[in-house]
Amino acid sequence: MAGWTETILRVNLTDGTVIKEALDMEAAKKYLGCRGLGVYYYMKEVKPGVDPLGPENNLIFATGVLTGTMGSSTGRYEVVTRAPLNGTLAGSNSGGYWGPELKYAGYDMVIFEGQSSKPVYLNIYNGTTELCDASDLWGKNVPDTTAALLAKHDPDAKVACIGPAGENKVLFANIMNDDHRAAGRSGVGAVMGSKNLKAVVVRGTKGVKIGDKDKFLAAVRASKKLLKENAVTSGGLPAFGTNVLVNILNSVGSLPTRNFRESHFETADKVGGESLAATRLHKNKACAYCSIGCGRVAWSEGKYAGEGEGPEYETVWCFGPDCGIDNIDVINKANFICNELGLDTITMGSTMAAAMELYETGAIGKDEVGHELKFGSEDALIALVEATAYRKGFGNELAEGSFRMASKFGHPEFSMTAKKQEMPAYDPRGIQGIGLNYATSNRGGCHVRGYTISPEILGLPEKLDQQSIVEKPAWVKGFQDLTAAVDSAGMCLFTTFALGAPAIAGEITGASGIEFTGDEVALAGERIYNLEKLYNLSVGYTKADDTLPARMFNDPISSGPMKGNVSRVPEMLPHYYEARGWDENGVPTPERLEALGLREFMTI
Amino acid sequence: MEMILLTSPEKCIGCGTCELACSLFHNGECRPAISRVNVFRFDKGSNVPMMCFQCEEAACMAVCKTKALVRDEETGVVQVEEDKCIGCRMCVMACPFGNIAFDRVAKVAIKCNHCDGEPLCAEFCPTAAIEYVPADTATLNRKKTFSAKMKQALEEVK
Repeated sequence: MAGWTETILRVNLTDGTVIKEALDMEAAKKYLGCRGLGVYYYMKEVKPGVDPLGPENNLIFATGVLTGTMGSSTGRYEVVTRAPLNGTLAGSNSGGYWGPELKYAGYDMVIFEGQSSKPVYLNIYNGTTELCDASDLWGKNVPDTTAALLAKHDPDAKVACIGPAGENKVLFANIMNDDHRAAGRSGVGAVMGSKNLKAVVVRGTKGVKIGDKDKFLAAVRASKKLLKENAVTSGGLPAFGTNVLVNILNSVGSLPTRNFRESHFETADKVGGESLAATRLHKNKACAYCSIGCGRVAWSEGKYAGEGEGPEYETVWCFGPDCGIDNIDVINKANFICNELGLDTITMGSTMAAAMELYETGAIGKDEVGHELKFGSEDALIALVEATAYRKGFGNELAEGSFRMASKFGHPEFSMTAKKQEMPAYDPRGIQGIGLNYATSNRGGCHVRGYTISPEILGLPEKLDQQSIVEKPAWVKGFQDLTAAVDSAGMCLFTTFALGAPAIAGEITGASGIEFTGDEVALAGERIYNLEKLYNLSVGYTKADDTLPARMFNDPISSGPMKGNVSRVPEMLPHYYEARGWDENGVPTPERLEALGLREFMTI
Repeated sequence: MEMILLTSPEKCIGCGTCELACSLFHNGECRPAISRVNVFRFDKGSNVPMMCFQCEEAACMAVCKTKALVRDEETGVVQVEEDKCIGCRMCVMACPFGNIAFDRVAKVAIKCNHCDGEPLCAEFCPTAAIEYVPADTATLNRKKTFSAKMKQALEEVK
């Protein structure tokens, strides 16, 4: 078999054993890899509802059939585990070079079970694996940890690790790989910290076999042409990164501002991708095997001086407009600190914005916070991001995410979350489809589970009216399913600006040597989406949770081009369930599950 | 016509696609460890792709006792004649750039041979950091590109 390596590693951290197992190839064909295969293995092996930070929770690092191949943007892997932030099944996807290296070492996946009694890291060199003492690394930030491990082992190895935030079980701690790329959301880093697992070092010198070289090259050539001809993948993203979106979203009146109290930021241009490229950018940078190269190698100046990669659009938005800040140096610095200490920028920034609203309304004061924390407070923001990673002072409140923090201080309505996870940088009142996606996303508030911004704002593959609702349920379903397939194959989501299911199927067919059609790829995505939904149902999420913060329904947008609009999720939801073949309560019907090949999971 | 692989490190975004194109062409698998081209990533976004320069005075050819390294006079490419290679690795030691390696499975020296005239690294490089261009005009074109920058600079100081 080609594409997959057909071997996985199972590491029991409680008793310190590492064993190699054959990959379940029937499952691999059904779930492709990364997100899908990780979810499948998780649900087969872990009973629903375990404590996310307890030893019963598994932590899975999974690659896909295309990871490490010459397919389009195939540097991806996924971390699957039960999320401490909201109890859903987290799938946090990351790029860089770590995922391909795991496959070159000969493994599709690493499953961590149990909990180590002392800090450890896993070192993988092809067939050799060892759990090593990490006592001297505990407490170190991401770049120091990475540098120490590369100095000790092969300098060409790749490192995925947690920073102090993961060690301190900040509920939105991330896992960083290759210094600058993040498996960002839902708190996967806190799970790693709870297991006393500091890092996974991997070096591989083997190869990924290709099933049908001629077919594969033909498919990759065809994809390359589409990516080259597309204005987003060959123009906007390489030139300005994801931050090209600040001015676009502001111009369509859907850039959430000051904790979603407004949706238009008066000085957005100062923090947009164009400004960043003109004043703070060394160069763009690609993850492994990516022709897009949206990464930013950037810096910040003055009293906030720093160096690093990013910021992404969502990061700029949450530390910038959402906190009422238009200083690019503050935003870059906050981003660098998050990467160094291992924090998810979206939840960090949005939680900060909620704290600012709590402060302005008098629910919290300088005594609790230790700083003045009005919207626009730059110094306080920088100090509190760092304090969050160490759970120091008010940082200990921020470390719980906006839902728990705002609830504790009596205002849960200030938390801009769906299923307790912070919504990203697209106002659901201004853009109806993305609101439906936030409300129904299996991991809670998230844009990369069904990025309908592509048709609703960017006009790809066709332009939809941002306020229309009739066609949105079908589009949301289609994007969610295709995204699940793309994530699972090991490709970057950004390829989908240019590539549809047939192109992706062509690459998978060539790499694996197994014939996949576009429809089969989309069906695999739907299967994966439904499986994640079954997990959420098994841990108590219901139709009542498929919703948005009350502000999205009760407070119309106050200014800008989308003034007067509210979210119409309640009107769209029944049609979405219908499009999915779910009953009126959002539960997949037995017939649908049977058709998706999910019979074995019907009873959970 | 003699063609060369011209690299422009300033255009390289470090994706490494060239490494997989190379190993896929020569070995049928995606395997950077056996690629004839490698990308080295430095700080501040600097990246450098490295592959055989097809030197005029090739140290690898000079040290080869069995004449397994032979220049194709038409293309200028230094080829490994595998049946003559005895696996002594003298060429690996001699190359000052590290651009010739040894395949421990096939037991022969391996180096860039322009994929027999259609180098995949250049074809799949997304930013034209590796280009396959006629040797005669390669440097002229680079001069031309730079002259445009000088023209612009001169206009600015006028």
